[in-house]
Amino acid sequence: METMLVKMVSITKKFPGVIANRNVDFELKAGQIHALLGENGAGKSTLMSVLTGLYMPDDGEIHIKGRKVSFTSPRDAISAGIGMVHQHFRLVNSFSVAENIVMGSSSEGFLIDMHEAEKKLAAFSEDYGLNVIPKAKVWQLSVGEQQRVEIVKMLYRGAEILVLDEPTAVLTPQESRELFATLRRMTDRGKGVIVITHKLQEVMENADRITVLRDGQSVATFNVRDTNPKELAQAMVGRDITGSYELPEITKCETILQLKNLSAYGDRGQIALKEINLAVRRGEIVGLAGVAGNGQKELAEVIAGLREVAGGKLHFLGKDYTGKSVRQIVDAGVSLIPEDRLGTGLVGSLDAVSNSILKNYRLKDAGRGWFINWRSVRKCTDKLVKDYDVKLTRLEAPVKLLSGGNLQKLLLAREMSNNPEIIVAVYPARGLDIGAIETVRNTLLKQREQGKAIVLISEELEELFALSDRIAVIHEGEIMGTVDRDCLDLNEIGMMMAGERKELANGRVASS
Amino acid sequence: MAGLLAVKGRALTIEKRGDISKAAMILNPILSVALALLVGGTFLVLTGHDPLEIYSTMLKGAFGSAYGLSETVVKAIPLLLSGLAVSVAFRMQLWNIGAEGQLYFGAIAATWVALFHADGSRIIVLSMMVGAAFVAGGLWAMIAAIPRAFFKVNETITTLMLNYVAILYSNYLIYGPWKDPEGYNFPLTAIFPESAVLPVLGTSRIHFGLFFGLAAALILYVALWHTKWGYEIRVIGESPVAARYAGMNIVKNILIVMFISGGLAGIAGMAEVSGISQRLQPGLSPGYGYTAIIVAWLARLNPFTMLGVSFIFGGLLVGGYTMQTSGLPAALVSMLQGAILFFVLGGEIFTKYRLVLTGGDRKEV
Amino acid sequence: MSDPLIVILFATAVTAGTPLLYAALGEIFTERSGVLNLGVEGMMLVGAVVGYIATLQSQNHWIGVFAAMAAGGLMALIHAVLSITLRANQVVSGLALTIFGTGLSSYMGKSFVGQPVPDQFKPIDIPVLSQLPYIGKIFFSHDALVYLSFVIVAAAWVFIFYTRWGLNLRAVGENPAAADSMGIPVYLTRYSSVIIGGVLAGVGGAYLSLAYAPSWIEHMTAGRGWIAVALVIFAVWHPGKALVGSYIFGGVDSLGFRIQALGEKASFLKDISPFFLQMFPYILTMIVLILITAETKKRRVGTPASLGIPYDREER
Repeated sequence: METMLVKMVSITKKFPGVIANRNVDFELKAGQIHALLGENGAGKSTLMSVLTGLYMPDDGEIHIKGRKVSFTSPRDAISAGIGMVHQHFRLVNSFSVAENIVMGSSSEGFLIDMHEAEKKLAAFSEDYGLNVIPKAKVWQLSVGEQQRVEIVKMLYRGAEILVLDEPTAVLTPQESRELFATLRRMTDRGKGVIVITHKLQEVMENADRITVLRDGQSVATFNVRDTNPKELAQAMVGRDITGSYELPEITKCETILQLKNLSAYGDRGQIALKEINLAVRRGEIVGLAGVAGNGQKELAEVIAGLREVAGGKLHFLGKDYTGKSVRQIVDAGVSLIPEDRLGTGLVGSLDAVSNSILKNYRLKDAGRGWFINWRSVRKCTDKLVKDYDVKLTRLEAPVKLLSGGNLQKLLLAREMSNNPEIIVAVYPARGLDIGAIETVRNTLLKQREQGKAIVLISEELEELFALSDRIAVIHEGEIMGTVDRDCLDLNEIGMMMAGERKELANGRVASS
Repeated sequence: MAGLLAVKGRALTIEKRGDISKAAMILNPILSVALALLVGGTFLVLTGHDPLEIYSTMLKGAFGSAYGLSETVVKAIPLLLSGLAVSVAFRMQLWNIGAEGQLYFGAIAATWVALFHADGSRIIVLSMMVGAAFVAGGLWAMIAAIPRAFFKVNETITTLMLNYVAILYSNYLIYGPWKDPEGYNFPLTAIFPESAVLPVLGTSRIHFGLFFGLAAALILYVALWHTKWGYEIRVIGESPVAARYAGMNIVKNILIVMFISGGLAGIAGMAEVSGISQRLQPGLSPGYGYTAIIVAWLARLNPFTMLGVSFIFGGLLVGGYTMQTSGLPAALVSMLQGAILFFVLGGEIFTKYRLVLTGGDRKEV
Repeated sequence: MSDPLIVILFATAVTAGTPLLYAALGEIFTERSGVLNLGVEGMMLVGAVVGYIATLQSQNHWIGVFAAMAAGGLMALIHAVLSITLRANQVVSGLALTIFGTGLSSYMGKSFVGQPVPDQFKPIDIPVLSQLPYIGKIFFSHDALVYLSFVIVAAAWVFIFYTRWGLNLRAVGENPAAADSMGIPVYLTRYSSVIIGGVLAGVGGAYLSLAYAPSWIEHMTAGRGWIAVALVIFAVWHPGKALVGSYIFGGVDSLGFRIQALGEKASFLKDISPFFLQMFPYILTMIVLILITAETKKRRVGTPASLGIPYDREER
């Protein structure tokens, strides 16, 4: 009989206004990779946070290796052999890798011998085939390397059960393959791995068993042999999902966004963008593919005027906007849909009415002279909210109470109402439910038809493939090449994401 | 935050509320004052006093007679003006705790006008004094505002250091160049000419400064909630990142807001020298600039609420003086003020969070 | 008695700097854990008055110091509850602590103003070391609390940078979510650091009323608590640099009085008003703060990343 590493029975966890998990059952066997599949907001992360002691369940039982446990903190879960790798890494950036791994351990005396710890760590990580440099500072590492540190950290603590939250979201396809090979080595040693994901293909290729969550409830558990992507998709969404999008043909001639040899520095003073050349025409969506942290954020900020141009030129509609202020760039018709909706795009503690004039409060629409005419602003907001189907209780409630999907709809409504010429959308569909994702995509397509120039930054290759006229790939602040819609090839894009120039990547794919 | 008190899988936890509780918002300051009085009372008992007797003396002193009430209003005027000053800055997350020094500089500038440029009609001289006080207080705040705006230098420390410098400078003037030559060597300036003295209400000491306070509250309210500039200030205060994204000029607004903040405190200083002491003398302010911080926070930075709060705190000060005549240290008042602020701060969590018992049966506490 | 003037100046810089040093060390612990406590001035005042009263009552200055430590710790506990558990605004909470502490110390000390301390700290020459030329007089001819501060600087240095607990402390201040996920008790760490901060500020206050100016005077800290907060930034959260900074500020502080005394003899000094001399430490604090901030901004070092941000595990 197989050992049951984890058995969660009828777990319920509520948050104000939402039931994140409702009577969820879940079992993990030793030596298996178990995928936890579901849409955003299905309750996957909550369930795992309950398992790792971060949240306390309102109801239900947890058994680890047959013993009933009750965790009040992550410490309890760690000592029961459960380790979690969060989507946002829990690492101290200013610490070295070794310090991150040693911190919080309770044994081994009062003083720390960092040298000894580094040696032990090097030997340990080699044993698992996980290459980490103990002395390196975390902030100097790439995202993939940081993820390895997270995994080593958990194994070093004696984790028998490893939980990974959307681990491949930040990796190239090649790196993802490597990650699963590592995870397989771990399960071969009898450990158990839970992977939270929403990517069907990945699950089919790598998992042993799959549990599907929908609306906070567990729908079903499958053996990977006995199922297929279609069945999983249906379980996930509860209906058939539509296929790819048709991009109606439009004539694109005039270039309205142009970057010429554009360079910029990052937050730490490092070069973040190196001589970028990119041109976007009317009625065109240019997708920007790349592993997170390769300059996408900086590129979007430079276009929006939020980051200083260190070299090169920035042109809108044929005019030079290099070094111009954010206000001038906004007035030129550039709209940024920022990654951070609540915080950058919207002010959480203000209401929808106040948020609706964030970009155009200076104009006559908001009121004459020095004053704001709140009554007319309110009327406009009411229309926007209805047009974009934003669900809110009152217009006067602080927008931080809205769900991610409704926030994004409100943000889109405001930005589109200013009738921009150029749109830069940064991870616009991230973390949204299916309905909101549809709204985002349809909005972008509609804007494309209206002749706007759009830059779509995304980490979902599927999304980029579906919506883009062209895809540019960015790696370490450089454009590796641009591929037309008709010639898209997953392998080629993957290799460019890993730093191969287009010509080389193309050659490799052709020869293999 | 899981597990304030965790027992067998059950725990008392603090959970975020969906919205802000209106009831808690109104109850919080009232309960805070009551609890602070309770703490103060305990202290009085421990030091061998009868709290009921002392509190009732204070109450009678501040609100029990026409004289007491008028004195309470007199104290409320500088509190209102400097409370408004502090609140504009706080709204933008600028922790200006230099209202005390800005108040002194306003007083110094007003005195300069009164002593050396008081030729002209009363209305001209007084307007000049107000203008000079506003500019002086504003410029004094700029010393902290400029490094804050351009280099992000911690304004809490710089504004506070400037308080000490301002008070020392005013003492220098009083003991040195501005000392009244006919003042028998007392540390006082000469008394202001008639044209530099604010008119008073009837026979009371309530002076025209009251209208400065009321006007400032009204103007600030309109500016903050009904103008484009006020909208900028509120967005910057709530989320500087979003403000930048919207193309707002943060550096410029830091400078403007700090100037206004310092200027308002400066007017408080002008009102004190012109309306009350009619000369510059040591100990011009018993810490109005610090009490203003509490007033501003208790009023949740709302200009109109501040009218009521500064009246109550004015009463607290007057009560303190009454109590002092019966031999108790007036410091009890600043203790009470501190304690009130503790409870207000602590109570805020109940406007944003609620206590719940998780794990077993779900009960709200 | 024939020490050169410069040696006397340096020696007084050490005594004048010691209260700053205690307070700054305390604030380093507090801020390293991610909590900002602007109540140092209030905690020092309460420490000063409590240490003074306890010494009056017990006739023993050590009992005074212990009482001051307890008082400072209790004051800090208020801030801890407000800022850690109740997640109140840390700036305002610290200010409240200062206002409360100012009132409390005046209230408690009212009836004692002017009474001499029966058992003040007196200089003890350390054998051998105090005989060293220059160094001996500057560093080893002081009272026990100065020597204790040397020990605490060294201990804090080792603790913060070379021990397991120090690593955990820094982790909590940098990224509490990461620390929490590694099983470091975030709240416990923050509570204890804030309380240690209060205890040390209490000692700093007691030093003023039992050794530096042995008596109780209302508001006797005169902004030293705030200067200590500025010193922490100056010292980039490092105990060793806090020692250097404290002595520099101590030197400036005592220089004012020296010049006043010298003014009796030298006429050009007589023209400087004593008020301007008294302004000097405050102005210096501002200038240093501005320069250091501009500099550290360039070098991108320093501030614990989570300073001033309350931690909420279930914040989503």
